[in-house]
Amino acid sequence: MASIIGKSVKRVEDKRFLTGKGNFTDDIVLPGMTYASIVRSHHAHAKINSVDISQATAVDGVVAVFTGTDIANAEIGGVPCGWQVDFKNGDTMKEPPHPLLVADKVRFVGDAVAVVIAETAAAAQDGAELVSVDYEMLEAVVQGPDALAADAPLVHDDVPHNTCYDWELGDKTATDEAIENAEHVTKLEFVNQRLIPNAIEPRAAIGHYEEASEKYTLYTTSQNPHLIRLLLSAFVLGLPEHKVRVISPDVGGGFGSKIPHYIEEALMVWCSGQIKRPVKWTAERNESFMTDTHGRDHVTKAEMGFDADGKIEGLRVKTVANLGAYLSTFSTCVPTYLHGTLLQGLYTTPAIHIDLTAVFTNTTPVDALRGAGRPEATYLLERLLDNAAREMNVDPAELRFKNFIPPFDGVDQPGYQTQVALQYDSGNYQPVLEKALDMVDYQEFRTRQAEAREEGRLLGIGFSTYIEACGIAPSAVVGSLGARAGLYESAQVRVQPTGKVSVYVGSHSHGQGHETTFAQVVADKLGIAMEDVEIVHGDSESVAFGMGTYGSRSLAVGGSAIMKSIDKVLEKGAKIAAHKLEVAETDLEFANGQWTVKGSDQSIGFGDVALTAYVPHDYPEGLEPGMDFSSFYDPANFTYPFGAHIAVVEVDPETGKVKLERFVACDDVGNVINPMIVDGQLHGGIAHGIGQALYEGAIYDESGQLVSASFMDYTMPRADDLPMFELDRTVTPCPHNPLGVKGAGEAGTIAATPAVVNAVIDALSPFGVSDITMPLTPERVWKAMQTQTKEAAI
Amino acid sequence: MGVPISVTVNGQHRESEVDSRTLLVQFIREELRLTGTHVGCDTSSCGACTIIMDGKAVKSCTVLAASANGSDITTIEGLAQNGELHPLQEGFKEEHGLQCGFCTPGMIMTAVQLLEDNPQPSEAEIRHGLEGNYCRCTGYHNIVKAIYHASRKYKEVSHG
Repeated sequence: MASIIGKSVKRVEDKRFLTGKGNFTDDIVLPGMTYASIVRSHHAHAKINSVDISQATAVDGVVAVFTGTDIANAEIGGVPCGWQVDFKNGDTMKEPPHPLLVADKVRFVGDAVAVVIAETAAAAQDGAELVSVDYEMLEAVVQGPDALAADAPLVHDDVPHNTCYDWELGDKTATDEAIENAEHVTKLEFVNQRLIPNAIEPRAAIGHYEEASEKYTLYTTSQNPHLIRLLLSAFVLGLPEHKVRVISPDVGGGFGSKIPHYIEEALMVWCSGQIKRPVKWTAERNESFMTDTHGRDHVTKAEMGFDADGKIEGLRVKTVANLGAYLSTFSTCVPTYLHGTLLQGLYTTPAIHIDLTAVFTNTTPVDALRGAGRPEATYLLERLLDNAAREMNVDPAELRFKNFIPPFDGVDQPGYQTQVALQYDSGNYQPVLEKALDMVDYQEFRTRQAEAREEGRLLGIGFSTYIEACGIAPSAVVGSLGARAGLYESAQVRVQPTGKVSVYVGSHSHGQGHETTFAQVVADKLGIAMEDVEIVHGDSESVAFGMGTYGSRSLAVGGSAIMKSIDKVLEKGAKIAAHKLEVAETDLEFANGQWTVKGSDQSIGFGDVALTAYVPHDYPEGLEPGMDFSSFYDPANFTYPFGAHIAVVEVDPETGKVKLERFVACDDVGNVINPMIVDGQLHGGIAHGIGQALYEGAIYDESGQLVSASFMDYTMPRADDLPMFELDRTVTPCPHNPLGVKGAGEAGTIAATPAVVNAVIDALSPFGVSDITMPLTPERVWKAMQTQTKEAAI
Repeated sequence: MGVPISVTVNGQHRESEVDSRTLLVQFIREELRLTGTHVGCDTSSCGACTIIMDGKAVKSCTVLAASANGSDITTIEGLAQNGELHPLQEGFKEEHGLQCGFCTPGMIMTAVQLLEDNPQPSEAEIRHGLEGNYCRCTGYHNIVKAIYHASRKYKEVSHG
């Protein structure tokens, strides 16, 4: 039987989505269900003097109204942060509470003040509109660096200088020296702008308390239902965990924004307990804009020093990271351990130092967004590289070849120890860039570019050679860095008596196709048909435990847990097969779903062995019946995918509009189980990265109003903004997990943004432009051309 | 107060009484329990709620249920016939045109009209035709291929 690993098997999950039979949280209706509407602050910063609910409770159909005072009186803690980062001086980070409903003051537009529950969604909305809140306006602080000003208003009264923590990584002395002594220093000050994730499925949550069993069920649009259950029961509501069930059915995209434990989840569960009926809340898109955690928002100053040969000597970074009004679940690790630790990139830079301050502002909380920290690190490095090449008059591809870390496989050669804590697992960086250069026909492009310039046309090419840390994460390592959770994964492989297999996994798909990829792995390893494998996820009652899906971890970590359970199945199966065939286990070999006596045609099939395990009449002595194995897998290291992305653009000199002509990518994500799905992940990631470069950006006015809070005001790429993507790959297997896989979910987003910006800067090089603030709107590009032209003329 | 409406949905005649403010998408999802039609933005920007109404692809979050009175509606649930996937559904599967599946019904219903109007569209025409629909997962790459795939199938059918 030919292996189905590495084959573009069509997706198992497609049929239900294609026929309208998906099961998303908002599709669920429970008997006796009520509907919640949340009263949210219209002000960024204001003291709450009073909340009057009398008119709301009088609305026909309104069942109950709760305010921040009710939550405070019930002594419910806020939603916790999952990662502790300490100040440089060792003090613990500032961790102000994030209550389910605020009672004292609101801290961002969208902060939840009250909840109205009614028989219909419309009545709940009517009620919410009649809740009257008396606010006393306070001055707001919006931008990260402004929060550090001596006279800045305080978002939390007990957090001085609005500073959550300050943090550093790397050798400061060596880095200062390297920059000081460098032949050439390239400097860049930039904003990595705030993005709004906008999964197309809005967040939703249903709380369901059942009096008879005293059990709580939460249906939620989450990437990690078990984590939500743990936080909800142990930290927020103080419920017994075994009496709490969390179900995430089909989830319509997440991109990081459905990782955190949100107040609405705990609120719906608590409200259901109060009124003894199910309560459903579904975000309107405007609420998604205001309350789904945002991403990025760094203000950075970076300097890269080179020697006379163009070798990087040092990298010095200073960043202010804006965390928003409250700490979201993983907010604190994104600018630090997912950003600072990636500043080695693919390069041999001998000295690196980052100094970072994380601040509170009167804005939506910030957390992981596709890539999470790694796009910010890659943007920083790759923009510096292309700018340095221009300044030193070196080809940007050549500059990268000169600085790449030499190949290492992590088996015969050790992993690469970076200057910023991580040890890369395996890498071979030169071939990805060589391949991408071939794909784009680089020399031909430079000729075409020169000819176009003669005609007054502005063509540009931009590079990005990236690395990311995925397969999150070895628990002991992240624990030592402040994580308050382990980041292993679990998988249970249950072989049924008929030889059909159910696999219960703790990761959770929100578009990644786990039901297909995991089934391919299981079917292949057990030598059975894919149709005989069912992947079960998203329900804490059927799946033992899990940490969920983010950080491109599901196959690298969750797939490894599956492999461990498969090994246990095959080990037990061999004992049964040996008994049935009356030979020693060592005389057997397993292939194509059969145990065969070596050198003979005597064999027994997987199905027969499974049946024997459940009907153990003729059975090995002392062996337990049944065939059902659970495993937990804690990875030995992160995985480190890498690649080279190249963008080709044409800028309209009249309007400043950027047309993305081509996008070429050569990625190495280790071994590939389903190329079709991996390519799909890359396509989506690239589009997201292009979105940041050209279109997307959250805009707050000075008073803290989120001005870009609708699809009319926040631009995302549409179909006719993008070209067909040209992809290829190399394969450098991960040396430390059984499938040799590295992860592909975030690569595109991490790599694409600087490639596109670099391409536009390259197109505008005749104007002497070296930086434009993202997103590169026609207005900004046009202005850059005018300014520089004027300055050149002077 | 209740407004009586009478509509045909996926070939079935339906009569009901709706609130004057009830949106067509709410009627389809909540009253008819056809939950394949999704709400992504409630402002007619994302296209997840697209259905075919009297032969035209419309965004059902921006139509009042009352004003749909007398119309003939097809939702994603009505596209496959006799258990056979529609060529567009087939195309999306073959070309991996969906990931999370949330925008998919709206994408497909939009593409139904796109191919109706222009059975052999170019890549640019497909992309232009999808301007009213957001997808956050696929980068549109495989959606474009899926619609092209379906258009080839249409061609085979029309050429016998």
